[in-house]
Amino acid sequence: MRGVVNSGAAERTRAPSQQQQQRLTRSIHTFFPLSPRTTVVSSLSAAEEERPDLASTSLPPAFEIRLCAAGVVLFNFLIGAFGPPCTVSIDFADAETRKQASVKKENGQTVLVPLFLGQESVVGEVRIDPVPGKKVEHTGVKIELLGQIELYFDRGSFYDFTSLVRELDVPGEILERKTYPFEFSTVEMQYESYNGVNVRLRYVLKVTISRSYATNIVEYKDFWVRNFSPLPEINNSIKMEVGIEDCLHIEFEYSKSKYHLKDVIIGKIYFLLVRIKIKHMELEIRRRESTGSGPNTYNESETLAKYEIMDGAPVRGESIPIRLFLSPYDLTPTYRNINNKFSVKYYLNLVLVDEEDRRYFKQQEITMYRVE
Amino acid sequence: MQAPEQEAVTSAEEQEKWLADAMALVQHHAFYMHRALDANNIRDVLKFSAQMLSELRTSKLSPQKYYELYMRTFDELRQLEVFFREESKRGRTNADIYELVQHAGNILPRLYLLCTVGSVYIKSKEAPAKDVLKDLVEMSRGVQHPIRGLFLRSYLSQISRDKLPDVGSPYEGEGGNVMDAVEFVLQNFTEMNKLWVRMQHQGPVRDKEKREKERSELRDLVGKNLHVLSQLEGVDLEMYRDLVLPRVLEQVVNCKDELAQYYLMDCIIQVFPDDFHLQTLETLLGACPQLQPTVDIKTVMSQLMERLSKYAAASPDVLYEFQQVDAFSKFSQSVVEVIEAQPDMPLVGAVSLHVSLLTFVLRVYVDRLDYVDLVLGACVKKLEGKGKVKDSKATKQLVALLSAPLEKYKDVVVVLKLSNYARVMEHLDYETNKVMAVVLIQSVLSNSTMITVDEEDFQEEQNLVARLVHMLVNDDPEQMFQILTTARKHFAQGGPRRLQYTLPPLVFEALKLVRSLQAQDLPEEGEGSGSVSLKKVFQFLHQTVEALAMIPAAELSLRLYLQCAEAAGDCGLEPVAYEFFTQAFVLYEEEISDSKAQVTALQLIIGTLQRTRVFGVENRDTLTHKATGYSAKLLKKPDQCRAVYACSHLFWVEDGGTTDGERVLLCLKRALRIANAAQQMSSATRGTSGPMTLFVEILNKYLYYFEKGTMIQSTVIQGLLELIVTDMQSESTTHDPEVDAFLASTVRYIQFQKQKGDSIAERYASIQVQ
Repeated sequence: MRGVVNSGAAERTRAPSQQQQQRLTRSIHTFFPLSPRTTVVSSLSAAEEERPDLASTSLPPAFEIRLCAAGVVLFNFLIGAFGPPCTVSIDFADAETRKQASVKKENGQTVLVPLFLGQESVVGEVRIDPVPGKKVEHTGVKIELLGQIELYFDRGSFYDFTSLVRELDVPGEILERKTYPFEFSTVEMQYESYNGVNVRLRYVLKVTISRSYATNIVEYKDFWVRNFSPLPEINNSIKMEVGIEDCLHIEFEYSKSKYHLKDVIIGKIYFLLVRIKIKHMELEIRRRESTGSGPNTYNESETLAKYEIMDGAPVRGESIPIRLFLSPYDLTPTYRNINNKFSVKYYLNLVLVDEEDRRYFKQQEITMYRVE
Repeated sequence: MQAPEQEAVTSAEEQEKWLADAMALVQHHAFYMHRALDANNIRDVLKFSAQMLSELRTSKLSPQKYYELYMRTFDELRQLEVFFREESKRGRTNADIYELVQHAGNILPRLYLLCTVGSVYIKSKEAPAKDVLKDLVEMSRGVQHPIRGLFLRSYLSQISRDKLPDVGSPYEGEGGNVMDAVEFVLQNFTEMNKLWVRMQHQGPVRDKEKREKERSELRDLVGKNLHVLSQLEGVDLEMYRDLVLPRVLEQVVNCKDELAQYYLMDCIIQVFPDDFHLQTLETLLGACPQLQPTVDIKTVMSQLMERLSKYAAASPDVLYEFQQVDAFSKFSQSVVEVIEAQPDMPLVGAVSLHVSLLTFVLRVYVDRLDYVDLVLGACVKKLEGKGKVKDSKATKQLVALLSAPLEKYKDVVVVLKLSNYARVMEHLDYETNKVMAVVLIQSVLSNSTMITVDEEDFQEEQNLVARLVHMLVNDDPEQMFQILTTARKHFAQGGPRRLQYTLPPLVFEALKLVRSLQAQDLPEEGEGSGSVSLKKVFQFLHQTVEALAMIPAAELSLRLYLQCAEAAGDCGLEPVAYEFFTQAFVLYEEEISDSKAQVTALQLIIGTLQRTRVFGVENRDTLTHKATGYSAKLLKKPDQCRAVYACSHLFWVEDGGTTDGERVLLCLKRALRIANAAQQMSSATRGTSGPMTLFVEILNKYLYYFEKGTMIQSTVIQGLLELIVTDMQSESTTHDPEVDAFLASTVRYIQFQKQKGDSIAERYASIQVQ
């Protein structure tokens, strides 16, 4: 979908006709927030910004991940060759009853992951099963609960914003199965888990069996965190009159500026002046992920939804209804400046396409939030 | 995906190909949809049905081809509807499905699906019908493309038809009431019409004609809504009058589109019941002048009048209602307004509107002749200042206008009573006027009009017929003669009562023909049998007057004979003139017995004879002798006297006629004798002698001839004058101031002549006056 938008923008850069140029100059003098030329320029610049991002950041993470995965296999194989000393498993106390979140992984598959809320206690047990006939000598066993932000463009560096440790065992030997209950009570997990394009926020339990002469044995267990927001106290509608002088003049209204994830966007577009032949109109939901800060800010936009709301050319006075259900789309709440590392914002983009395939659009930020 | 609109118009072959492609794709997607239906997999069902419906997003197909595609998908959607119904039985709520289908990204498939689910939703009664309907009709606004929008809304109309919360419908009550139903249909209608009208602006101007044709093919999609409205049980007269009609008309007027306005007005008239129309005439007709000037409103109105008159004919008991709502004045008012509103309307349009109105009146208000006349009057008003109508179509309509009452009443008398009838006829050109006259006459004859009105009316009517005859004009004498002959043939069947009115104008028209023939200097004898000649015309005249004489209408015939005689004389046809005189005399002798009539007849004979100079001595003598003879045989002395002195003129015809002074004198003397005798009779019977009128009259005659010739001696005048003066002074004589004045002015004349100082004065010198 992103491709479609970009190719459209690219096409326009290739052939800026004389007429378009003229219209550009004229539109600069208009006061209207929406003008095809100015917006095209801004969208063009956005597209140009985005492209290096795609080239430099989105490819390496994928590459690294694959490399990582290969490394783990190799590692396990080597261990196996030397003989795996033990297997480590981490189980949650209420695994049977706990809700699970379906999470999309990088390879496109969805997996189910245990789901926690912000202030919950994370309770369970760690089981260490030595391979029969082998003993595990260690200098201590510990479990950590980590909240990490991983920025892909930063060579996959991790920032731990939460780190809790429980010592499970003093140095010694494990000869047979041993289980260690653990409990992190009412953990402060203020951020939600998030898998973005350039950034990942994850929560993980990490068990480390420290060994003095061999590499430590480490086991991870991911879990997912979601937080509910209170209902917004103020939730104004978005209403605006936009246009291009003597060409197109519309008024749009979205009933709210803040939506929960299963909400419905209700609104209408009122045509005040139509002098161009519009072919269709659609509403896009765009997500903009900003990572880094200052001059090193990277923005990544993706179109999550393209929802056609009008087919054909309206005339003056027509009022076109909008009703867009948000539930089918994979949305998250709006994240603002998470740990000074990243933000995720959502926009409604109203796009009108004329018969020459010129696109006129107006983007409005909406706030997404999660309710119980 | 969406071809530019310019390419939408393409050759038939391409259309066929595109349709075939689209059909194949529909089939393809439908196959997978069916598989999903069988597997009860709602996600796949929605996915494939949306893909199938996406084929309807094409812009390439002409409306006809698009319709075929639509029908194909329509069949598939029926199965989908069954599936949704079963799905709701399997536990999924209709509300859920209703939301689910709205996840479709493209609007057209989404709305088709939404309508399909909506239909099931309403049927389940899980939501009020009105809410679902309102939502559907509102959401459909998203499709603004004319053809796609029209078909989508047509689909909505189709699936909702049996689910409207009409009175008596299972969806009434919680599902809403008839107002909701009406509101829904009206809204859908309004939007459809807007889309339909907008269709004409799609694409290049050069294809406009073709587009209008295509557009016309889609009109029934729009009109169907009106049909649905008319089928609603709950739409009674009140609701129709207060809500439905005003809203529909508002849309009709506001759309400002010729094609739509014409079609929709026609549609309104056809689908709603007659009594509704009758009760809302004012509103309906009020819209007519507001339509575009190019709309063929006359046809629309004609149709309305046609319908209403049929309605009236079918159930005579509604005639009262017609009167109550004053249908006539509303129609006639509207006709005037429409003509005013459409200044470019050709004359033929205006006239045919009147024809329609007249037809309406003739059917509905059979006994209202005044209405008929009003219609004609209105038409006259329209024609005012236009002179003769030249446009042949308009002329035809005028003939229709004039013929309609004839056909209806089958009584020319009734029709001719209409004061504006003739005024309309005045606008016909001569040719058409003739045609019309023939129609009139044929009507008279074919219907054997019976005159039951009183004599005065009868005369008036016959006079109108007579006037008609003067309208028979043809420049070709040949044809003119034919016309006259034909007319006479027809008149002959009218019976004696009418003949005396109808024949005289024929005679005069024939005389007119005589004069024109004379002017052309045609030979007396026609060459060949066909051509007209003077002789033939006179034969015709002779027969005509003879027919009149047979009635009998002696006095009239006599006058006509004399007219003919004079004409014949002018033409130099002595024998013919003689024959006419003979006939006149015969009539005088045989038929005219009333003394007063005799006097008049005789005066006419004398006058005519005096002017007729064609006769030779012998014929002339015979005739004058006869005339003088009759004069002396009159009953009353004064009449005798006057006739005799009048006869004197027969012997004194100047400018080449005879001037027989002797016989003049003879006549005058004889007149004096008779006057004397009259005076004596008077004194013998009443004791007083009568006034001296006759003497003064004779004195004047003397004076006349005294100036003309030499046969009168001044002494004779002197004597007569003195005699008169003496007698006037005598006591036994009755005094009459008129006679005194007459004498006094005569004396003044003499004095005047004496003083003139010319040769006449010299002759007067010897006459002494006191």
